[in-house]
Amino acid sequence: MPANLHFEIARSIVGFFVLLLFLSFCEAASFFQPISDAHRSAALELFSLDHGSFKSLEETYEALRTFDLLGIEKKPDVTATACRLISEAVGSSSSTPKDLFYALKANSIAKCTIEDKAFQGIIKRLNAAVDGASSLLDFHYSVGGLVLIKSYKADVHLANADGIFRSVKAFSQSDGRWRYSSNNPESSAFAAGIALETLAGVVSLASSELDQSLISTLNNDISKLFDSIEKYDDGTLYFDDKLVDGSDHQGPLATTSSVVRGLTAFAAVSDGSLNLPGNKILELANFFLGIGVPGDAKDLFNQIDSLALLESNRQGFPVALLMVSIPLILSLPSTVLSLTKKDSLQVKVNTVFGSNAPPLTVKLVGAFTSDSKDASLVESQELVFDAGTGLHNLNNLPKSIDVGSYSFVFEIVLHKSEHEKVYVTGGHKKVPIFVSGLIKIENAEISILDGDLGSIETQKKLDLAGQSAVSLSANHLQKLRVSFKLTTPRGHAFKPHQALLKLRHESKVEHIFVVGNSGEHFEIVLNFLGLVEKFFYLSGRYDIELTVGDVVMENSLLRAIGHIELDLPEPPEKAPRPPPQPVDPYSRYGPKAEITHIFRAPEKRPKEELSFAFLGLTLLPLLGFLIGVSLACITFMFSFNQQKLSRVGVNLKNFPTNTVPATFAILFHVSIGAVLLLYVFFWLKLDLFQTLKVLGLLGVFLVLVGHRILSYLAATSAKLKSA
Amino acid sequence: MAREKSSKDNAQALFHSLRSAYAATPVNLKIIDLYVGFAIFTALIQVVYMASVGSFPFNSFLSGVLSCVGTAVLAVCLRIQVNKENKEFKDLPPERAFADFVLCNLVLHLVIMNFLG
Repeated sequence: MPANLHFEIARSIVGFFVLLLFLSFCEAASFFQPISDAHRSAALELFSLDHGSFKSLEETYEALRTFDLLGIEKKPDVTATACRLISEAVGSSSSTPKDLFYALKANSIAKCTIEDKAFQGIIKRLNAAVDGASSLLDFHYSVGGLVLIKSYKADVHLANADGIFRSVKAFSQSDGRWRYSSNNPESSAFAAGIALETLAGVVSLASSELDQSLISTLNNDISKLFDSIEKYDDGTLYFDDKLVDGSDHQGPLATTSSVVRGLTAFAAVSDGSLNLPGNKILELANFFLGIGVPGDAKDLFNQIDSLALLESNRQGFPVALLMVSIPLILSLPSTVLSLTKKDSLQVKVNTVFGSNAPPLTVKLVGAFTSDSKDASLVESQELVFDAGTGLHNLNNLPKSIDVGSYSFVFEIVLHKSEHEKVYVTGGHKKVPIFVSGLIKIENAEISILDGDLGSIETQKKLDLAGQSAVSLSANHLQKLRVSFKLTTPRGHAFKPHQALLKLRHESKVEHIFVVGNSGEHFEIVLNFLGLVEKFFYLSGRYDIELTVGDVVMENSLLRAIGHIELDLPEPPEKAPRPPPQPVDPYSRYGPKAEITHIFRAPEKRPKEELSFAFLGLTLLPLLGFLIGVSLACITFMFSFNQQKLSRVGVNLKNFPTNTVPATFAILFHVSIGAVLLLYVFFWLKLDLFQTLKVLGLLGVFLVLVGHRILSYLAATSAKLKSA
Repeated sequence: MAREKSSKDNAQALFHSLRSAYAATPVNLKIIDLYVGFAIFTALIQVVYMASVGSFPFNSFLSGVLSCVGTAVLAVCLRIQVNKENKEFKDLPPERAFADFVLCNLVLHLVIMNFLG
């Protein structure tokens, strides 16, 4: 079990080194994977119907557009839901221009039928909205809606196109950003994208030619906007807003996406006056590709929509009018090549959406390592294109490529010169490549050397491939030596990232040493005389573990090669103690030490017979009392019979003979008996509160009855006295 | 010798006079006296038992002894109040005294039962 743990640690260490290396190469490397099936499945998951309906018209439009661009087949329930929402919005007279805008946008994809009457109503409402618009978003929705209707009915025009253009332009700032309204001083690039889209719509809807100077001022705004573009380390470009009020912050993806929408819309209507440099388009496309697969529906829509707009052939424009170049993405299915498996270098060139590129050749311009910064290890060569797989291959890696990490530089050369205006290839592309292989480990041996002379006392060969373990013993006057030789498949010397020797004592105290090398030969000598203090004077059995690992080494090893019995001298008084070993953190959740309780010895109880005897003895006085009472009764009755009734005296058994007092007398005795019975129950099973409750009732009864009978008796005896 | 005889005679005479005087007491008082004697006797037997086997559980012993002693005390009170020759309680009807006796006994025994455990 500990071996597995170490293996995991070693793997994570190796992985960390890989990450570091990759990051160091990322500075100039920029290669991204095009849109793939991962995006398609994400779209299906993110744009799922919530209780059979989309949350809003905006989401409906986003879902439809994403499915359309990714080539996902529209499911009938999606289309039905969309048509329902669209017809609801279009038919209702209380829909806002925003609702109508998104409904029409969604309809341009869903293609549901809308009545002509409804169209007329919408046109009227949108025209009214345009006239009454005061903020950027008002203009955006109303003008945008009219642009969409133009695709159904060609005779839609904006009457006051000039005035509207100027009104929208009035919201612009000098740095190329736009404000939302005249009240709100905050300006953003997000709003700039919206404004550009709106202005493009105004231009396309204008019934007469707009003043060209107005359009050229927009070019200035766009170039100023590009001044504020931001750049990541790997060269990708994006727009972001730094707003004072954080709640409105859209994020770089949404902002860049909005700007791209505005730019492409404007480029379509500006007839070539807008000149966007091709590499900037490529880096913007790389920004969107670099996101990978977003986890949010809106983010996914923004990504796909912007990439589609950048790859403008999707818009269906003729090639000659394109002002936004199509980026070509170079990607590699695998960046780790194995010399053992004789992998060949494969390169793929696609457009952003993964569709085929025009005829071109990929050239490997050079291969560089971190040591040979400028000198390429290979000469410039072309890769062979395999039309069947669509990959460019380099079948045999040159002999100069040994195991290690390289930076390969590729270049795309288009075959047709007219394509160079249409597509943008991005010049030299640096890609980090790892070439891995089996490293030969030879002459591995471990030996104990005599301290002073250096003569070998014990020497054993190590079989690092197998499982054998060596057993050695040494004292503090001797030295331990481990040596081996590493060679690459091509026969060169190899220095791995990790060549470590670890000695672990029985008490889990560990010591790690780095194995040094000179060329191919790796050796470490541990002089125990100098290490006595470092080992905390701990004698005993030490387990030896050897680690040789590298990211490009296919047979990295972490092996326990045996153990050594070390005999070290006694520690002096002031010697440092070994550090306490960490306790297994999960041990506190395990069972704890058993607690032995010390009970008080129970009291000695007397024998049962003795107790019963005394119980009987206790009852004797009671018997005596009863006998005495009966005797006294008899003598009294006897003497009573002999005396006259007129004798004054308290009669003993003065039991009244009349019925009513008699019942009371009986009740009196009964209630006393009941109270005593209650006490017996109290002792047997009731608790004090229950007893008190019942006693309260019985007691009241007893007092009443007792009072009656005793006052009757007192009255009769008083009568007798007076008589 | 004459002195011994006289002391013996004195003791005997004393005993006889006491006995005859006691015979003159009313029957009810005699019954109360019997009751007191019974209660004290019971208490004594419990003390002897405790002395022989030890005082565990102590609360039971206490409640047993105190119930006997308490009821004896109440009976003595009753006797004092009922005794006609006692001028102090001339106006107190004996029934009232008896009612007090009964009630006090009931309360005492409630407490005893609680303490008995």
